Amino acid sequence: MTLFDRIVELKAAGDPAGISALIPYTGFVGLGCELDAKGLFCRLASQPSNMGNTIIEAVHGGVVGALLEHTAVMQLLWDSDLERLPKIVNLSVDYLRPALCAHDLLARGWVVKQGRRVANVRVEAWQESPERPVAAAHAHFILG
Amino acid sequence: MPDPATQAHLRPLVEIVTQLPHYRALGLEVVDYAPGRATLRCDYRPELVGDPQTGVVHGGVVTTILDSVCGLACFLGLEEPQAIATLDLRIDYLKPAGKERPIFAVAELYRQTRSVAFLRGHAYQDDVEDAVAICVATFMIGSVGFNPGGDGGVQP
Repeated sequence: MTLFDRIVELKAAGDPAGISALIPYTGFVGLGCELDAKGLFCRLASQPSNMGNTIIEAVHGGVVGALLEHTAVMQLLWDSDLERLPKIVNLSVDYLRPALCAHDLLARGWVVKQGRRVANVRVEAWQESPERPVAAAHAHFILG
Repeated sequence: MPDPATQAHLRPLVEIVTQLPHYRALGLEVVDYAPGRATLRCDYRPELVGDPQTGVVHGGVVTTILDSVCGLACFLGLEEPQAIATLDLRIDYLKPAGKERPIFAVAELYRQTRSVAFLRGHAYQDDVEDAVAICVATFMIGSVGFNPGGDGGVQP
């Protein structure tokens, strides 16, 4: 069974956490994926090894970027019946507030436009409240 | 490596940055540096893989290396040490990074105003001219960081 077949199977079973766990890097930084009443969201667990700034004890900006990218891919997989894994073309991250290492960082994405070959996805990450995002991103993916 | 005078001047700053927890977790190594310029190396490890079928590292690893190298180049380009914070980072992923080989990244600070630094950089593997990803980033200089009583934002 290919990786993509396994993803399709887990999606049919309603198990985004299972899809997320197929990727070794998610374990390295503590990335997971969950469902709630509003749909899919991803979580970067609070862990000291993700710290990129010891003065304000903030999560490394690159790891915040990784959460945003992972959330975008998961949302795309969840919303669409793709035939292969989407390939990232570019990612643009705005850092709005410090992401504190002491708390989990959550993110939710939405597909702005999906064409036949390319998709545009936006993602926002927050800690205390979705109304106070700590980072936002938009990304393009090739689908075909 | 840089010449001895540059090394004596900048080495303490490089030491501070390379001791940061996520630098250590990823195993980032500073292979070259100069005022406003840095090169990093990240060795391949199975736990960094994003696609277990191909063994290609996760895009987040490339993002982290690029954010790190831009931050370091920015830090080394300031006339006196000040806090910096990434304002934005844009990356084009040109091709997948080949498995089981290190990834390098180089960045330079090419313009600086009183409160903003502009950087550009790229990641590569075997040939510095053959980029796997390119980026542009801006950093706020002299950011006061997090203020729990304030709006929590990055202040100029």
